[in-house]
Amino acid sequence: MHPFTYVAPRTLDEAVAVLEQHGERARPFAGGTDVLVQLRGGRFDLDAIVDLKGVPEATSLDLNGSLRIGAAVPCYRIYEDSAVAAAFPGLIDAASLIGGIQIQSRASLGGNLCNASPSADGICPLIVHSTVAVVQGPQGERRVPVEEFCTAPGVNVLGRGELLVALEVPAPARGFGAAYQRFIPRNEMDIAVAGVASALTLSDDGATIASGRIALAAVGPTPLFAAKASAFLAGKPATPETFAEAGEIASTEATPIGDMRGTAEHRIELVKVLTRRTLAIALGRAQSNR
Amino acid sequence: MTTTADRPSQEFKVVGSRPIRHDGVDKVLGRAQYGADLKLPGLIHGAVLRSPYAHAVIKKVDVSRAEAAPGVFAAITGDDMPVTGSKVVDMVEEVTNLKWSSQRVMAHGKAVYRGHPVAAVAAVDQNTALEALKLIEVEYEPLQAVISLEDAMKPDAVIIHDDLVGDHLGEKVSPTNVAEHTRTEFGDPEAAFAEAAHVLERTYTIARAHQGYIEPHSSTAFWSPDDKLSVWTTTQAPFGVRSNVATVLKLPLSDVRVVPMEIGGGFGGKIGLYMEPLAAMLSRKSGRPVKMTMDRKSVFDATGPGPGGQVTAKIGVDKDGKILAATADIRYMAGAYPGSSISAATAGIFACYKVPNVRIDAYDVVINMSKTAAYRAPGTPQATFASESLISELCETIGMDPMEFHLLNAAEEGTRRPDGPVFPRIGNVACMEAIRDSEHFSSDLEKSPDGKLRGRGLATGYWNGGGNRSSVTISVNDDGVVSMVEGNPDIGGTRTTLAMQAAEVFGLPAHDVHPTVADTDSVGYNDLTAGSRTTYASGQAAIEAARQVVEEIKKRMAMIWETEPENVEFEDSVFRNKVAPDQRLTFKEAAGKLGQTGGPVSKTGTVNVRGSGGGSFAAHLVDVEVDPETGKVQILRYTAAQDAGKAVHPSYVEGQFQGGAAQGIGWALNEEYYTSPDGVMQNSSFLDYRMPTALDLPMIDAIVVEVPNTNHPFGVRGIGETSIVPPAPAVGNAIADAIGTRLYQTPMNPSRIMEALANKRNGKNGH
Ligand SMILES: Cc1cc2nc3c(=O)[nH]c(=O)nc-3n(C[C@H](O)[C@H](O)[C@H](O)COP(=O)(O)OP(=O)(O)OC[C@H]3O[C@@H](n4cnc5c(N)ncnc54)[C@H](O)[C@@H]3O)c2cc1C
Repeated sequence: MHPFTYVAPRTLDEAVAVLEQHGERARPFAGGTDVLVQLRGGRFDLDAIVDLKGVPEATSLDLNGSLRIGAAVPCYRIYEDSAVAAAFPGLIDAASLIGGIQIQSRASLGGNLCNASPSADGICPLIVHSTVAVVQGPQGERRVPVEEFCTAPGVNVLGRGELLVALEVPAPARGFGAAYQRFIPRNEMDIAVAGVASALTLSDDGATIASGRIALAAVGPTPLFAAKASAFLAGKPATPETFAEAGEIASTEATPIGDMRGTAEHRIELVKVLTRRTLAIALGRAQSNR
Repeated sequence: MTTTADRPSQEFKVVGSRPIRHDGVDKVLGRAQYGADLKLPGLIHGAVLRSPYAHAVIKKVDVSRAEAAPGVFAAITGDDMPVTGSKVVDMVEEVTNLKWSSQRVMAHGKAVYRGHPVAAVAAVDQNTALEALKLIEVEYEPLQAVISLEDAMKPDAVIIHDDLVGDHLGEKVSPTNVAEHTRTEFGDPEAAFAEAAHVLERTYTIARAHQGYIEPHSSTAFWSPDDKLSVWTTTQAPFGVRSNVATVLKLPLSDVRVVPMEIGGGFGGKIGLYMEPLAAMLSRKSGRPVKMTMDRKSVFDATGPGPGGQVTAKIGVDKDGKILAATADIRYMAGAYPGSSISAATAGIFACYKVPNVRIDAYDVVINMSKTAAYRAPGTPQATFASESLISELCETIGMDPMEFHLLNAAEEGTRRPDGPVFPRIGNVACMEAIRDSEHFSSDLEKSPDGKLRGRGLATGYWNGGGNRSSVTISVNDDGVVSMVEGNPDIGGTRTTLAMQAAEVFGLPAHDVHPTVADTDSVGYNDLTAGSRTTYASGQAAIEAARQVVEEIKKRMAMIWETEPENVEFEDSVFRNKVAPDQRLTFKEAAGKLGQTGGPVSKTGTVNVRGSGGGSFAAHLVDVEVDPETGKVQILRYTAAQDAGKAVHPSYVEGQFQGGAAQGIGWALNEEYYTSPDGVMQNSSFLDYRMPTALDLPMIDAIVVEVPNTNHPFGVRGIGETSIVPPAPAVGNAIADAIGTRLYQTPMNPSRIMEALANKRNGKNGH
């Protein structure tokens, strides 16, 4: 391993300055559960890691109707906050799923997003919650919808000197429910063969879907917003038939490869099944949120 | 030897109890010294540069820049190894080409597997060594990799070793990738098939699977200026490492001392040499002790898992379901050098049954992957996946209950094993009956509440177990505690099981025997900790040493009591004068009187246990639940019954049953080397090499069956390995029962189950 410096800035500006100075040779460091593993595995060499856990904007968790998750907030803080857990069960599905207890005490949703793995468990739930990524860089702040954040496996929209500050999750509307499920062959410690997050908002009649969002993990080069399946849901009755059809449509939007974790055919089937199953859970949550 | 069968009422005080293990406190407190824990004055650290190609000519290796880097002490390549030319020798257990023994650990001229060491460096710390590897220049000319049976065996196959001379049914053949083709025949299977009421033949594919021991290999060596070599290593076979290192490095045997470190799992994978000779050569060059520790990726890429392969099996039965004949064609991929336990596969495949007519062909085939090694009952789980799956399908076809089939055809005392030996007293039927009488067997498989599919599967398995050479030395201390020195690294609790057998002879509590695992200079010769032999065979050396100690103390007591030694008897830990019954001393009291009666008492028991380890049979029953929408399999319930002969420490016996079942479930469901067409393993981490975790298994019920082994004074059988034999077919049979179609390939992972279900819907079956 190439020797590197550990930098612990106290302000956003400092962090941006260090990152800008080193460019590709520095990386932000939240929980480190991806970056340290990759560094040790020889994936890349760095001159500096920039620890964000001393930067207040990156470490605060604020619930105020909407939810603002600092980019370096570890998963356990999200699911152990009972108000957050009650309001955002669809996010908790992911936060309590990533790794095990040890990993959850370090790993952040921000790191999960920036790592830009197609199989990341945290990204699809953020997408169906219409989350916005708040980015700070040498040119100031910009805001990117999460579904546009990842551009290729391991690659995101951030430019030189830019970092993710926080994730802004809108307040759930009345009748909103969301859920995430992944498929793994074992019961723990696996990477998703496929994952699906679904959200729907019920109309006032409580039986019709006003709008819905579906996102797919591990079935394309990035986590995918399934635009057609999402659009299909609007105006449909919230029934198993609708959910099954949404699954069929979502499966046409998936572009999986076959690899050691599963075949492409299997992944397509999983998209159908998990779409149905997550929509059913989302419906239950939507009904109790009216 | 008298048989325990003749004295069924043999009563035990210590054997059969469950004392706390002698090494428990050290392990719980983290004080036990595993391979990588070793610290020595002046220690430096080695690292290995490994071939990125599975098959390539090495045109040039230049280590000069690495050698010159700050902090680097030495670098070596294949040129530095003492043996480079082809030379066939008779090594301890096999005839082998010495060149291969050397080149397996360090390539010379050619890399024949991905991960093959090409060079190594030693530096002030591990990171410096790893960075120095980047300065080594290697020029490769990649060759086509041979990674399947088909590629290896086709007429115009790419040849891996020009100098491999195959033994094909006694005929010398070269060039070839088939190192060996053997055949075992008895009776006339073709005639018997012609008469059979039903014949079924199927072909099965079994994946290469790694032992997955938690501790990566770690070896340290110090080459002293007087050319004496010390090696500290994590091994099952310190004496084997001694002789193999001596051979590969051309050293006199006794100039090599091997210190076995505490071992974090082996399962057969820590028998062969890996980094010991490299650390030795680096030490010789640097004058420093050199430590080398693998990372997990290297363990997967470059150590020996169990072989994968293909097995075609055929069975014919009469109208009542009695076996008339069986044949098999077993093809194992040994990896880059020959030796894939095809003889054990031949012995094991039909061992649970009476087979009057049989023929078994077996092929040992080299391919461009790391050389396979022993893995718990080597060669047998693969072959048994075929035979036990076939029998289950046959029972379905002829409408016979598998339990009834097994009992009707079960091998018993006097049955000829298909490859020749005749069984002594065995527990095959007793294990089946134990399952039949279990609550699990009689319970109904409840329907799943949410549309999942459930099924139940049964399979049997066999492993013979080994005997061979052991030495144990027991010395009596003044306070009546005895110290016991043995030479088998303790993998499964054998310090305690050996101590318990000695304690039984002395009538002492287990903890009054203090066991130590010693280095090769400090104890007599011991064969390896493997083959289920340690408790069974080294236990007999411990018993022998203890008995000699008792005889010696009888002489001493005779001196004190001024009588003949024949008049001294020893029972319940008390020496008595038969002539003057009030003259009695306990073992502890007697121990205090040795100084004045001729000095210390210390005795060595040596054994060379011949022939069978007695044979341990098992029957496993499993319930599974399959999610037909995702292909996921959940193990709901698992019962393993196995014959232990006499369980020395029942908890350890149960642990072995459970551990083997857990590993076998891994083979069944998810474990495999997922390899690219050019021979590169893609899933070389515990994240993607999916062994079952604690959350994936139910509590495995262990039923300890005890049919005494006539070949051990206490009736003990070796039990460590059989438990991995039945699980894969048992789980496969349960899956078939659940989903109504069969998989003929391990692992039976979710993608394959979904494919089988799709095929079933389309009216196709998988064979
Ligand atoms: C044992 C184990 C199990 C795991 N299981 C799962 C699992 O089940 N599901 C799953 O999805 N993942 C899993 N992971 C991967 C990892 O834990 C998650 O992706 C986690 O969310 C990463 O968060 P982190 O805070 O540790 O990120 P880090 O490792 O700190 O960072 C990840 C990447 O993002 C960059 N980065 C971090 N913060 C910022 C920022 N604010 N701005 C810009 N770039 C930034 C880093 O430079 C790095 O490239 C597992 C990892 C391990 C080791």
